[in-house]
Amino acid sequence: MSYDLTLNIWRGDANGGDFAEYVVPAEEGQVVLDAVHRAQATMANDLAVRWNCKAGKCGSCSAEINGRPRLMCMTRLSSLPQGEPVTITPLRTFPIIRDLVTDVSFNYERAKQVPAFTPTAEQPQAPFTMHQVDVQRSQEFRKCIECWLCQNVCHVIRDHEENKEHYAGPRFFIRYAELDMHPNDALDRKEFVQDVQGLGYCNITKCCTEVCPESIKITDNAIIALKERVVDAKYDPVVRFFRRRRPRSASSE
Amino acid sequence: MPEETYEHHPYDVVVIGAGGAGLRAAVEASDAGAKTAIICRSLLGKAHTVMAEGGIAAALGNLWPEDNWKVHFRDTMRGGKLLNNWRMAELHAKESPDRVLELEQWGALFDRTPAGKISQRDFGGHRYARLAHVGDRTGLEMIRTLQQRAVALGIDVFMELTVTDLLKDGERIAGVLAYWRESGKFVVFESPAVVLATGGIGKSWKVTSNSWECTGDGHALALRAGAALLNMEFVQFHPTGMVWPLSVRGLLVTESVRGDGGVLRNSEGKRFMFDYIPEFFKAETADSVEEADRWYDDKSNNRRPPELLPRDEVARSINSEIKAGRGSPHGGVFLDIASRRSPEFIKRRLPSMYHQFKELADVDITKEPMEIGPTCHYVMGGVEVDADTQVSRVPGLYAAGEVAGGMHGANRLGGNSLSDLLVFGRRAGEFAASYVKSLGAGRPKISEADLKRAVGEALAPLQSGKAEENPYALHQELQETMQDLVGIIRVEAEIQEAIGRIAALQARATRVSVDGGRRYNPGWHLSLDLRNMLLVSQAVAIAALERQESRGAHTRDDFPMTDPYWGTQNIVLELKAAPDGGAPTLTKRRQELPKAPPELAELLEGEH
Ligand code: SF4
Ligand code: SF4
Ligand code: FES
Repeated sequence: MSYDLTLNIWRGDANGGDFAEYVVPAEEGQVVLDAVHRAQATMANDLAVRWNCKAGKCGSCSAEINGRPRLMCMTRLSSLPQGEPVTITPLRTFPIIRDLVTDVSFNYERAKQVPAFTPTAEQPQAPFTMHQVDVQRSQEFRKCIECWLCQNVCHVIRDHEENKEHYAGPRFFIRYAELDMHPNDALDRKEFVQDVQGLGYCNITKCCTEVCPESIKITDNAIIALKERVVDAKYDPVVRFFRRRRPRSASSE
Repeated sequence: MPEETYEHHPYDVVVIGAGGAGLRAAVEASDAGAKTAIICRSLLGKAHTVMAEGGIAAALGNLWPEDNWKVHFRDTMRGGKLLNNWRMAELHAKESPDRVLELEQWGALFDRTPAGKISQRDFGGHRYARLAHVGDRTGLEMIRTLQQRAVALGIDVFMELTVTDLLKDGERIAGVLAYWRESGKFVVFESPAVVLATGGIGKSWKVTSNSWECTGDGHALALRAGAALLNMEFVQFHPTGMVWPLSVRGLLVTESVRGDGGVLRNSEGKRFMFDYIPEFFKAETADSVEEADRWYDDKSNNRRPPELLPRDEVARSINSEIKAGRGSPHGGVFLDIASRRSPEFIKRRLPSMYHQFKELADVDITKEPMEIGPTCHYVMGGVEVDADTQVSRVPGLYAAGEVAGGMHGANRLGGNSLSDLLVFGRRAGEFAASYVKSLGAGRPKISEADLKRAVGEALAPLQSGKAEENPYALHQELQETMQDLVGIIRVEAEIQEAIGRIAALQARATRVSVDGGRRYNPGWHLSLDLRNMLLVSQAVAIAALERQESRGAHTRDDFPMTDPYWGTQNIVLELKAAPDGGAPTLTKRRQELPKAPPELAELLEGEH
């Protein structure tokens, strides 16, 4: 059942590069990463590609497949147009290191700026009493595998290098939303996310949500909610005060 | 060739590996005031811990107040067929609840009980529902929490940096040599304490749940630095890996499927595990379908279903069913939760499994059974360490997590890995930091000659130029050898043959050469990993040949019984200089297992 598959893989580095063509035997049930590995093992030992789990759990193998940002290990060959070559290019928003590997350090720098989880004065020490309905919203965002696909498609930085300095990107907006919705977190990061992390730049195009392999509703459940909270907090200090004080678990039984 | 220049970094403690154990060790060392670095060879947060699904075993007693550390200790020791280091099992059982709560303190969001506490789930070999979890992505929650904690503490993280050698000054650790994957340039860490937290060795088998990083680097580094490995014959085959399509063969299917009610069936539709209950677990295992099904809701009056026997038992039983011709179409057996739980329940409790089968196998697990079979998952053997401090025989060298040996004996219970990482990661970090403090100004120094030699060895695959041997081809041959000859069922002649083949591969590995330069060159990286995989595979084979009995994960067809003599023996492996001055060779020796004190030994006996 093996058939010949043509791969067009971008190869090169910061100084430039070009597509190289590899024809590899492919089999039923395989994913794009299998074909890339095959090319690497038999024709291009030095082909640079990131991957770890080959199970969609680590978020290492992000690339643009036929122009669409996806995980190579979760893209079945059978889901792509049959009989046509598969084109694979590195993530466009981040600087190239080599072949399919890009410099994603931007994201790790942004991660350092997140003010850490800080327990409330009411429950300073674990075990915390928290109810499933109250942790559920944040749990959705903690499914994030940090594949950076949402960061890669967000037009605010995809086509505007100069914005990177002022913009955390969707992955971190869900992180701020997660902390904001944590039932036992005491810090208020709303102004920080608006003013320093650039939440205001996002104009809710939803491209990030479309590419998320974890199906996190980045825009609807995190960004819009966060924007509303920022507005509330800015214009209604009373609301802000009471929100912080309201016991969370009372309504949850 | 121009003279190599190295980046130099002085640290108190260098942690190699950024999975659960490494991150926890680094957090502790840093809290203790040590200048700490984490080296990881992938990006931060991608380590194999991320793939852990089921949960963290800890006797919190949130659902079953009857649970406590003594029961957890007993379950762990019995699951390990009493070959565990008793002191490690004791510390583990006592300290894991605090380690779980610490994660909550740092922002982890576990699934909750109706009373708002951390929920706990059933797993094989555990008497009570004990695993703190988040759906079936507990490893991700754990690694994110620890990663975010480490970042908040400002610990330096060196990403995509691979360690090639540990450097010593006399007997003591002096530092570490590593290279940047991106540039191929070398980095020297001057550091009197090193914590190995490099994880497992599964990448030497063909069907494995392990990621590419599990090449046994820490095991090999420890051997080469003069530390000993313990009980390397115990390699766990997880009973449930995917078998189809081939592309995902070996990929883990979490034990939670069985913990949450899933059952195993053969091609005749029979729940075959009732036919395989061993004497050792008869008293605590249900012998009828009715009792087994009642147990989920009433643990006091019913015994555990046989599907939740320890992993070694279940894996062997599946193997027997397949061999007897009662397997599934693609060479596994059926794991069925669809007929036992509602689609909503399955999707809520096992979201990643649902997603994984849907995306990768076109199987809807709420409607059809899964096809599964054993997959190489975990090594119980590892660096011999002191139970309390995690220090190896080499002063300054610590090991924690999967790379360390002793804790799990002959077989690890599900859920005990994540708790192991936390308990012993923390201890390794604490004691590494205090060791460095005790040194004062008398720190060991790296010798230039050692450094030159280590760099020369690391560059060899790039310099032979003739492309005689392809590292990918050698790797594949090694995987086939270990899979076929040192797999789930073993026999002397086959292990002997494996030892011969590994030696031949080692000879060929010296002639490996790769194209391309030093910048992000996976061919070169694999060539270096290969030498570690070969050494560790050799260790597994030698130990497997030595242990002439069947116990836990080690099954010998030619010695099918458990032998009380071997129940008192550890097998210790060291690299010893050859008498003729040639390359050092792996030597084995037996060593008496430490005996548990009477008050603990008592816990292991009798019924509950
Ligand atoms: S919705 Fe906002 S964050 Fe998402 S891609 Fe569009 S602009 Fe970027
Ligand atoms: S939010 Fe989704 S797309 Fe973005 S990094 Fe996380 S998993 Fe990837
Ligand atoms: S390799 Fe881990 S997500 Fe693809």
